[in-house]
Amino acid sequence: MSAGRTPAQTIGPFFAVALPWPDGPRVVAEETPGAIRIEGRVLDGIAGPVPDALVETWQRTPRGIRGFGRCPTDADGRWTIVTLKPEASPRGGADSAGCGPPEAPHIAVSVFARGLLKRVVTRIYFDDEAAANAGDPVLASIADPAARRTLIAERMPDGYRFDIRLQGGGETVFFDV
Amino acid sequence: MPEHRQPSQMVGLVDAVDPPYLAPAYRSTVLRAPSRPPLPLAGDATEQAGPEARLLLAGRAHSGEAAADLTRQHAGPPLGERIAVHGRVLDASGRPVAGTLVEIWQANAGGRYAHALDQHPAPLDPNFSGAGWCLTDDAGAYRFVTIKPGAYPWKNHDNAWRPAHVHVSVLGRSFDQRLVTQMYFPGDPLLEYDPIWNAIPDRAARARLVSSFDLSRTVPDWALAFRFDITLGGQEATP
Repeated sequence: MSAGRTPAQTIGPFFAVALPWPDGPRVVAEETPGAIRIEGRVLDGIAGPVPDALVETWQRTPRGIRGFGRCPTDADGRWTIVTLKPEASPRGGADSAGCGPPEAPHIAVSVFARGLLKRVVTRIYFDDEAAANAGDPVLASIADPAARRTLIAERMPDGYRFDIRLQGGGETVFFDV
Repeated sequence: MPEHRQPSQMVGLVDAVDPPYLAPAYRSTVLRAPSRPPLPLAGDATEQAGPEARLLLAGRAHSGEAAADLTRQHAGPPLGERIAVHGRVLDASGRPVAGTLVEIWQANAGGRYAHALDQHPAPLDPNFSGAGWCLTDDAGAYRFVTIKPGAYPWKNHDNAWRPAHVHVSVLGRSFDQRLVTQMYFPGDPLLEYDPIWNAIPDRAARARLVSSFDLSRTVPDWALAFRFDITLGGQEATP
C-alpha cells in the first residue's frame, strides 16, 4: 500500500475556465452513422436546475476509440452527449474477468458540481432494451422498481432523455465505485 | 471467524478519506447531497476500464509547453509569485499512473477567477487565464508552472474566505480512479476555517491535500516549488 488515497474536493463553480472543450460533448461526430443524442437536466433537492454541474460519460470501446464525453450544464441544468449506443456485453461483464451474467447496454456517468464534495456516479440504460435490461445484474440489484427506473433513459423522437436528480423525489440511484 | 457486522452498521459506514456528501457547514451541499447512500455496483467491468487520455486532447485552448506553463499563455507575464507545482500520480497499490491527463485551474494572484460569474472585486489579470493541463510521464510525474493563487471571499457564511488553492482533476486509468480535488499550501491560516477542507473526516487524509514546499525543485532566480503527490482509488483488475 502507498501513503493513502487522496481525498476528493468539490469541483467548485468555476471549472468552466479549464475543463470543457469544444468536442467534449461529442463522443462521436454528429454525422456518424448510428450517432444518438442523450440529453437531460441535473436537478437539486427542490427540483431546481443545477447550472454549474459537469457531466462525464464513459462507455467501453475498442482501443483507439474515445468512449468519453464531457459536458457542462447550462443555466437550465441541461447537458447533452452525442455518442453511439453501446452494445450489450456479449460474453458477460459483471466482473472484470467478464465472467458474470451479460449486462444490458449502458454508459457510466459522473456528475461533479459545486456542493458535491465528491462526484456522484450512476449509469444510463435504455428503455428500448427491455429484454436486456430484465437480465442485467446491476438493475436486478435494485429492489425498488421506481428507483430502478431512474437509471433508464427515455426514448425521444431525436434521441434519449436522462435527468439526474441529485436529491429528493425521484432521486437518481447512485453507486459507490 | 469474520467479525459480526449488522447490515445497519454497514449502511452508515463513513469513508474517512472522502468527505461525506452532506456537510451543512458547506451550504451548497444541503440541496445537492443525495439523501440515500450510494449502492454497491453489482457489476463493474465498465467502471474498471477508462478512456485513453491521448484521445481527449484535440481542440484544447492550449497545447505544447503553454498548456502546462500558465505564465506563458499570454503576451506578457501574469502578476504574482511564480511557482512550479509538481508531483506523482500513483494508483492504490503505489504504482505510477503514466500518460494520464492532469488538468488544473485556479484564481489569479488577487484571488479572482477568469470566469464571468466570479464577482469578487479583485482585478482580473489580462495575462492569466488560470487553466492548464499535462500528461503524466512514465513515472507518473507531472509539473506545471503557474503563479500562487490568492485567497478570496465567498458567501458561504459571515466573512468566509477560501484558503489559496489549485483545483486538480486527474482522469486516471479507469473510470473508478477519476478524481477531482484541490491542492492547498502549507501554513495557510485560512485552512482551519474552511468547511470544504474540513469536511474530510480524517485529519491525516486532510493533510494529504496540503502541498509541501520543495526547495530541491525550485528554479533558481525564477520560481518556488510545491510538491503535491496524488494517490488514486479504484479497485483495478489484476492484469
